[in-house]
Amino acid sequence: MKTESKLERILTSGNLAVTSECGPPRGARPEKVREKAGLLKDHVDAVNVTDNQTAMVRMSSWAAGVIIKQMGMDPILQMVTRDRNRLAMQSDIIGAYSLGINTMLCLSGDHPKFGDHATAKSVYDLDSVQLVRMVQKMRDEGKFQGGADIDCPPKMFVGAASNPFAEPFDLRVSRLAKKIKAGADFVQTQCIFNLDKFEKFMEMVCDRGLNEKVYLLAGITPMKSAGMAKYMKNKVPGMDVPDEVIKRLEGVSKAEQPEEGIKIAVESIQRLKEVKGVHGFHIMAIEWEEKVPQIVEKAGLFPRPAV
Amino acid sequence: MITAEQKPLEEIIGYIEPYDRIFLVGCNECVTVCAAGGRKEVGLLASALRLNSMKQGKTIEIKEITLERQCDPEYVEELASDINRTDAVLSMACGCGVQTLAARYKEMPIFPAVNTLFMGASESQGIWSERCRGCGDCLLGITGGICPVARCSKSLFNGPCGGTCGGKCEISPDVDCAWCLIWERLKALGMEKRYEELMEAKDWRTSGGGGPRKIVRKDLVL
Repeated sequence: MKTESKLERILTSGNLAVTSECGPPRGARPEKVREKAGLLKDHVDAVNVTDNQTAMVRMSSWAAGVIIKQMGMDPILQMVTRDRNRLAMQSDIIGAYSLGINTMLCLSGDHPKFGDHATAKSVYDLDSVQLVRMVQKMRDEGKFQGGADIDCPPKMFVGAASNPFAEPFDLRVSRLAKKIKAGADFVQTQCIFNLDKFEKFMEMVCDRGLNEKVYLLAGITPMKSAGMAKYMKNKVPGMDVPDEVIKRLEGVSKAEQPEEGIKIAVESIQRLKEVKGVHGFHIMAIEWEEKVPQIVEKAGLFPRPAV
Repeated sequence: MITAEQKPLEEIIGYIEPYDRIFLVGCNECVTVCAAGGRKEVGLLASALRLNSMKQGKTIEIKEITLERQCDPEYVEELASDINRTDAVLSMACGCGVQTLAARYKEMPIFPAVNTLFMGASESQGIWSERCRGCGDCLLGITGGICPVARCSKSLFNGPCGGTCGGKCEISPDVDCAWCLIWERLKALGMEKRYEELMEAKDWRTSGGGGPRKIVRKDLVL
């Protein structure tokens, strides 16, 4: 074991891991964090705490993570390289670790153009691969990025993201390989709706033996409606929503669409459980956290193992 | 070259409003090529300013001159003989030219008439695109001749983010994804294996992170 991360324990014990997501509030209301995270409490192993997602200011990821930690849950600190330089990121990593956070996910972050501070200067001192490398070096070598020794280095279980659906497709496995080389212990993927394509991606991952080097959690998002599916297909960059998914949702009444969306998510998990190299699921129920327990239960992933 | 665009006329008028005699100074280099501040643009802007002052019932005296290179003290010297017969200087050069004038003519108010934009290349007639950020440590040799610092919206060093769509950047369908271009080019060159080499955190000192940059060529210094 490299760290004290619960996610690491689950994964090394051979269990399928389940993670989900909690977007911190846009204001100083800790009860909002508790409310959202509380919905997930017994059904997931760890909760991603997003970092100013969609380039909108929110309660900081580490602060919301500490609130989640105080609830007896395990936060995954998301960190984007858009908003901070290497000094600020390292101090936040040390700070978060000092407060009991031991798992993180390294991302580049949405461009400021998409948020409500479009006039901001983005930082990008590092990219996500370099952030992975930095956190790994802090843990394994006990060194700051600049080379100096850290007095009590933070031991983070390091995660990265992978989008098997963004172009160019033939580069995506190489990109994953690069993140593993940089030090990623686990990977969470973009939402998977095109299962055929994902399975092809995983074949390529396994052909290169990358499944032996990293724990991969497949991204699952339940669709609330056919409208949401169309929006994700057409408006969200890097998202692959096949027409069959939209048709299937449109095939039932509006009132039944949420239930159909959950069914699709559960069926996806069941199918992907059998895919070589899949070590768990990252369920991103966007502003629909209350449905996560149901999905976890129906997919046969409940109760969560005690490790 | 350095590209620029003329500032909105109202802003320029705002700068020179208090003055009666203006020196309007163009530059024969980059801003001429990108049609922002060469001899022709000097003429057009002078006419527009005269017209505006006539509308206001004011007389304004504008002296037009286009220097060979406004970022070079040697050419900036040409203004010395007439500078006392003006109240303010309006420069149509890039920020380097404006500052060279300001450094030489310390008592004279100097105003920019253009916004300096980027180091770019001409794609086709009338279209210029950013190509270089002047980061001081050129990567083009390992990125297939396409710069991720200048051309990736996030200046990513290790590949495309997840937002690439049809070879375009997530910020706009009008912007190419630099990493898609790099990948295609590396493949065409049979160098795609190179992609998996980690690019370590950049040393930004050469890019301005170490403060204002300067080149001293001892072999050339007089």
